[in-house]
Amino acid sequence: MRTPVFLLIWLVICAAVFAAALGLGNDYIFFAGYVVLQYVVLGTAWNILGGYCGYVNFGSAAFFALGAYSTVAIYRLITEHEFYRMPIPVLMLIGGIVSGIVGFGMGYLTLRLRGAFFAIATLALAVVLQTLVVNWDYVGGSRGAYIIRPEQIEPIGNYIRYLFLIMMLLAVAAITIARLIEHSRLGYGFASIRDDELAAEASGVPTLRLKLVATTISGALMGMAGAPFPYYIGYLQPSSTFGLDYAVNSIAMPLIGGTTSWVGPLIGALLLGSLQQIATVTISSAVNLLIVGFLLVIFVIIAPNGIIGLIHTYLQRKPEDFVGRRRVEAEMPGQAP
Amino acid sequence: MVFSFDLLINAVVSGILIGGFYAAVTSGVSLSFGILDIVNIAHPAFIILGSYIAYIANATLGIDPILAAIAMMPVFYVLGAGIYQVYYVSFEKRGQESLRGLAFFFGLLFITEVMLVLYFGVDYRYVEARYIGPSWHFAMLDMPLRILVPCLVSLVLIASLQIFLTRSFLGRAVMAVAQDQLALRLMAVDPIKIKRIAFGVSIATASLAGAFLIIIQPVEPSVGREYIGRIFAICVLGGMGSLPGTVIAAMLLGIVESLTSTFYGPSWAPAVSFGFLLLTLAVRPAGLLGR
Amino acid sequence: MIAAGSSNANGAAPALLEIENLGKRFGGFVALENISLSVPPGERLGLIGPNGSGKSTLVNCICGTLRNEQGTVQFGGRRLDGLQAHQRTHLGLSRSFQLPRPFASLTLADNIRIPLLYTVATRRGSHHAAHEIEERCGALLRQVGLGDKARHLPRDLTQVEMRKLELARAMAAEPKLLIADEAMAGLTHSEIEDILSLLFRLNEQGVTIILIEHIMSAVMSFSRRLSVLVSGRKIADGMPDDVMRDPEVERAYLGQ
Repeated sequence: MRTPVFLLIWLVICAAVFAAALGLGNDYIFFAGYVVLQYVVLGTAWNILGGYCGYVNFGSAAFFALGAYSTVAIYRLITEHEFYRMPIPVLMLIGGIVSGIVGFGMGYLTLRLRGAFFAIATLALAVVLQTLVVNWDYVGGSRGAYIIRPEQIEPIGNYIRYLFLIMMLLAVAAITIARLIEHSRLGYGFASIRDDELAAEASGVPTLRLKLVATTISGALMGMAGAPFPYYIGYLQPSSTFGLDYAVNSIAMPLIGGTTSWVGPLIGALLLGSLQQIATVTISSAVNLLIVGFLLVIFVIIAPNGIIGLIHTYLQRKPEDFVGRRRVEAEMPGQAP
Repeated sequence: MVFSFDLLINAVVSGILIGGFYAAVTSGVSLSFGILDIVNIAHPAFIILGSYIAYIANATLGIDPILAAIAMMPVFYVLGAGIYQVYYVSFEKRGQESLRGLAFFFGLLFITEVMLVLYFGVDYRYVEARYIGPSWHFAMLDMPLRILVPCLVSLVLIASLQIFLTRSFLGRAVMAVAQDQLALRLMAVDPIKIKRIAFGVSIATASLAGAFLIIIQPVEPSVGREYIGRIFAICVLGGMGSLPGTVIAAMLLGIVESLTSTFYGPSWAPAVSFGFLLLTLAVRPAGLLGR
Repeated sequence: MIAAGSSNANGAAPALLEIENLGKRFGGFVALENISLSVPPGERLGLIGPNGSGKSTLVNCICGTLRNEQGTVQFGGRRLDGLQAHQRTHLGLSRSFQLPRPFASLTLADNIRIPLLYTVATRRGSHHAAHEIEERCGALLRQVGLGDKARHLPRDLTQVEMRKLELARAMAAEPKLLIADEAMAGLTHSEIEDILSLLFRLNEQGVTIILIEHIMSAVMSFSRRLSVLVSGRKIADGMPDDVMRDPEVERAYLGQ
């Protein structure tokens, strides 16, 4: 499937979803949906570095938060003085650039570390960034920052609908980028790094360069997801914005959905995100993390290839396989699903 | 920044004492990550679990938290052994320990934390004992007993672990399993069993570390997260599995944190441990007394 | 930087690979000491030595997987100091790993595709058409006898087949110098013959080959020159028959 066709299909789906949501008449669906879509972006972004390249990033929250805080900084700088309210897409771009640069920097510092050390380093970096922001009073420091969200925006109506729409478009962009990478030379390079970095180097793959590309794209997408967040939430607090919750969700969703393709994080985010939203409303928000934790542990043990893997296994079961041998084929990059 | 020699000396001593406690907290990870290469990022959660158990024993039965923790160590050992078995069968055997093993422990971290929140709520809990409150004064030094006592007991813990690892057959088998599993098998020792024992011991230390924690400061479920960075920073800096290195690194970190907190304010403290970690990883991944 | 390469007695072409006083230690352990080796283009060099003598370490140092602390490696007249492994592969150095390191989640065809995409395509400055690459993958796999398994995953292969894949992947990078590190371990007699004829053909096409092997019959029939490594030192270097008659070499293999 060529990319323009793919994009077109998804844009049509988005239009349909948006129309349906409008038809429901309750704006809460937009509030809840925004969070789910946000996780589609975060999960997809994480998967580019984690699933495709095999480098586990625990610092997703930092990139997300950087996007949010660049919005706050711009707000303080410009909007508060009522010069001009930056349109959200521009803020996204800026957030993306900031987080992309930091992603590149983080990569440069940490990508020489192997496996577990890299993961720990990303965690460390996230906390260092958090501490820097918490101590930067211009953006509110530990007290937090208020953003005044406009009430309405014509012709859509409630501002939240506009935010939902933007996030939906970003989600489409994210999965399109992920899919493009997967089917390209870059995708093969990433896969070789994930499978055996030493052998990849010996085969001529410039591993460090490719890994830097991965961290930059991943960071930038996360920053773009974070940029509208202050407008969504109204009051930004460092402890929750930088929270480990974002880290665990952006890891859990691709792992549960399946890390080998763009479909996995999408499925994982839609399922897990919706589950969490339902749980928040019906039980409590603390239960969210319990759900994520349990599902993560269970899936990682029982279904290492995620939901995609389960579907694959189910679809490829042939009669002779029931005689005792189970065939599990891993997803192969280079094949359009 | 008000500088006085008195303040400086006390900050340093305070750092050393807290460092002793940090060493106990890290000792489990020195075993599991340093020696066995298992990235148990959930270790702080088990420490918090230990804190809460000590709290229950103390609040309901009036038992000294350290004694309660020691009594609970066998239970934690069994828990650790069980977790390792799951980890081994699910990940190590399949060679998928890097991403999925990590995710497994990450999930455990959250499960443990949220279960504690659901059961105990987010209020801070604390314990009571004779040595919590009074301080020992010595010249210009002011050492709160609630930090001094855990520090001393933790040094005893580390010393015992070191003796175990270097003098006992099981302990030496643990050190050996990190280096050459095949050789162990040829000696008719099952490496998996050894790793299970080692991991069990690692979690058992969390029981005691948890008691220390709740003696030193009030505890609520998310406190564990602050310790992830500290633990791995100390483990890496200390040379990944060297217990003496762990103690030195822990005290170093304690001193730097203490000085930062005293002279720059506590809000910078988390950056210290994590910054330390980054520095270590960047400059000398082999640590101070590296392998 | 073109350095004066060494030439042999009749003033023939400078060496393709020139190793001078190479040394490598791991902590206190000296893995390689004072290794000097000169490999002219088109050579068939056999490298032998007991297990643990440092052969694979030498390969790692040549190819950039490890950094040697002492000595220099020159390839095509150019010093390789500071060049990363992938850069050396781009220059024309290729190796197979002694313990096969396949890309486990990729099919055999895709395993071969990686060096084609990242070395050959980069070198030629243009991207092959997709079907060209596809054909090349298939052709390479057929050359090592794995043609019908192109769509399989490495986990479906036997150890022997994995070694063949390893060799095919090294060949895919279109090297000027190919180092085959124990590619024939465990092969049957006829399989060894197949691999040998493959290597001979490559050599005829101009590829310089360093063969690291324990299978003496293969080494003797293939090598034009033989080098012997024992405990990190080179103890012999010359015509195969002369080397095998060297008393020091005999001692190394038969033991004291």
